[in-house]
Amino acid sequence: MPRVVVDVMLKPEILDPQGTAILGALPRLGFDEVTAVRQGKHFELEVTEPVDEGRLRQLADILLANSVIEEFTLRVLP
Amino acid sequence: MIDSVQHAEATPDHPQPYSELGLKSEEYHRIRDILGRRPTSSELAMYSVMWSEHCSYKSSKVHLRQFGDLPHSEALLVGIGENAGVVDIGEGYAVTFKIESHNHPSYVEPYQGAATGVGGIVRDILTMGARPVAVMDPLRFGRADAPDTQRVLPAVVAGIGGYGNCLGLPNIGGEVVFDDGYLGNPLVNALCVGVMRHEDIRLAKASGAGNQVILFGARTGGDGIGGVSVLASETFAADGPAKRPSVQVGDPFTEKVLIECCLEIFAEDLVVGIQDLGGAGLSCATTELSSAGSGGMHVVLDRVPLRDETLAPEEILMSESQERMCAVVRPSDVDRFMAVCAKWEVTATVIGDVNESGRLTIDWRDERIVAVPPRTVAHDGPVYERPMARPLDLDDLHADDPGRLPRPSTPEELRALLLRMVASPNLCDKTWVTEQYDRYVQGNTVLAQPEDAGVVRVDESTGLGVALATDGNGRYSRLDPYAGAQLALAEAYRNVATTGAWPLAVTDCLNFGSPEDPEVMWQFAEAVRGLADGCRVLGLPVTGGNVSFYNQTADTAINPTPIIGVLGVITDVARRTPMAFGGRPDEVLLILGETGQDFGGSEWAWSEHHHLGGRPPPVDLDRERALADVMVGAAEEQLLSAAHDLSDGGLAQALVECCLRGDVGANVHVTDDPFVALFAESAGRVLVGVPAQRVTRFTELCAEHGVPAAELGTVTPGRPELTVVGQFAVPLAELRAAYSATLPALFGPKPEKR
Repeated sequence: MPRVVVDVMLKPEILDPQGTAILGALPRLGFDEVTAVRQGKHFELEVTEPVDEGRLRQLADILLANSVIEEFTLRVLP
Repeated sequence: MIDSVQHAEATPDHPQPYSELGLKSEEYHRIRDILGRRPTSSELAMYSVMWSEHCSYKSSKVHLRQFGDLPHSEALLVGIGENAGVVDIGEGYAVTFKIESHNHPSYVEPYQGAATGVGGIVRDILTMGARPVAVMDPLRFGRADAPDTQRVLPAVVAGIGGYGNCLGLPNIGGEVVFDDGYLGNPLVNALCVGVMRHEDIRLAKASGAGNQVILFGARTGGDGIGGVSVLASETFAADGPAKRPSVQVGDPFTEKVLIECCLEIFAEDLVVGIQDLGGAGLSCATTELSSAGSGGMHVVLDRVPLRDETLAPEEILMSESQERMCAVVRPSDVDRFMAVCAKWEVTATVIGDVNESGRLTIDWRDERIVAVPPRTVAHDGPVYERPMARPLDLDDLHADDPGRLPRPSTPEELRALLLRMVASPNLCDKTWVTEQYDRYVQGNTVLAQPEDAGVVRVDESTGLGVALATDGNGRYSRLDPYAGAQLALAEAYRNVATTGAWPLAVTDCLNFGSPEDPEVMWQFAEAVRGLADGCRVLGLPVTGGNVSFYNQTADTAINPTPIIGVLGVITDVARRTPMAFGGRPDEVLLILGETGQDFGGSEWAWSEHHHLGGRPPPVDLDRERALADVMVGAAEEQLLSAAHDLSDGGLAQALVECCLRGDVGANVHVTDDPFVALFAESAGRVLVGVPAQRVTRFTELCAEHGVPAAELGTVTPGRPELTVVGQFAVPLAELRAAYSATLPALFGPKPEKR
């Protein structure tokens, strides 16, 4: 069964409090080399064939991502 | 290419997108006249946002002046014009409180819109030098079962709870009202109250040449600047930044740290002036601070810490990134100021200094991009006397009296009506909403929703406290905006007095449609006049607030919705009067005030018949004042065991709420027409519970103040039902089932508190 991956990230201009918190914690743990962290969501969907990418985009837009503040990428795994 | 002042002077005919920024042609030309040249794109951005309706109050100013003309109040320490008004509550304490709207953002992105609404009002209160101690949220949504309400309400409630709970602030009251007119335009108003000592009051002014301007808090990103993208795309090449979003995302933990950091800075007296960054961001803060102080300021914009390095200067000036403050600090205090910020891990940067040039100058990449007289941006915006017209349909509405509507005629019909009414979305149990909020965090909440007013203890040793209530009724205001505003004022005033607190001051959030619609403008003017006249009679100052226009979908405006917040003081919170019946087994129930055939705009007419017509209940503010004297006096003498204001849904609703709250039955007699007695919404009434041996003294007190008091019946411990003698009886369990089931049925099981 084909596997579809949807990655959801806050739009680049939007504040990411969780990413910022992670960034703040890293130097305390000795990882000084990280200069920016953005946190997102990763979804793996198993879908029946044939894969209709347009429909899946619609799905992601309705449920997985909040298009006002987030954007997503969608890939069908081979 | 930087659009510098020099460049602007050299290119006077360069076309500028002022209309896309919301400026009218004559406004744009006024800016050119003020500057003696065309504005730079940064200046244009600043003027456009500061001269917007939201920031300049250009349509409302001529009307709001009436609040400034109210008689001087001894209690008012700081009035309209600052970030929030400050009121003396005695014992050296002052409180500051204010209500604001965050309507449009909460429609676009309900969670973040509502959350940042809380964040913004909390910073306003903090800016005055006060520790925020509680918040409240009056909310209006479209029809409860409409799909968009399903989208908006849960997220708005989660956003308010998410932000407020993380700040550790109790949410002590507010309202949830549904009406078709708010579909597509919900109202999310947020109130915050803060406490300080008199000497701690801080003002937003930048005085003292040489003093340093420090920006501190979160970094600046591209939040809330959607509208200014048009300028950015002009200055940048076509492959410039992505279109900026118009919503903001807040971070309550950053704000919590900012609160503690600011309070420490205040305690060490390290600021000369301070301003939060809200709407219009740095543009607003720099122009307001400098025009209120020495008159000049120089800012080096490159120093502003950015979250997004691609931001254009116009965008930095406009950004509404949350959790930022701007302080004016004496040079000798800068090191100490920075040390406090460092302790709290708050980013702080000196971005400029105060001078006496009379101009706000801003540099970017070594070029002068702004040189303006700050007053012209912050205060000398356009002022409009917009045309007004009494709505054409008002006479027809008034003529359509609810007297024509069919009424229940048998006891069985009355009983069934009661059960339907308490289950209606506007009257039902709101704990689905309020239990998502922390109401008792910090341990000072004495009363919270569903009580008449939220009561918070201010001083643990003396018991001094404040009470706050917000009210508004769009249907009443639609029928008569003058009376509607006064009814909202009267109800909030009565709610505060019902808990035993003496009302001291008013804040208002005036939610209306488009001011360019003469009928809306008339509604607005009438509401303001009603409120100002009402405050004069009640002896209350208006300490500040907010006007929210353009609340409409397409051409349909919302019902005019002035939300009035009243703050009162209670000398000892141990003497507050709760609403629950049954605190005393011998409790006698009385109704204060008079009941008439008042069904115009009533909840009964609306929920049973979808009818809006006739006249709202008459309002008599002198009687409200007498009633408040009775309620506060009775609380001081400890004569009452329960009290509850009568408003939406009338006596029936109040009886049900008091019985359910105390889990005790009641036996009441109603005279004449039981339907009118139970469901009319006449103003100026309170339901009270009085221990038997105090009834004589209490009725004397009522007589002294000329307040009519009539005995209704008694509580019935051991018999859990509400009985209207000669009419019907309903077991409390049946009432509770009807009352509590509505919101969970509409919005699902209650989410976990965040």
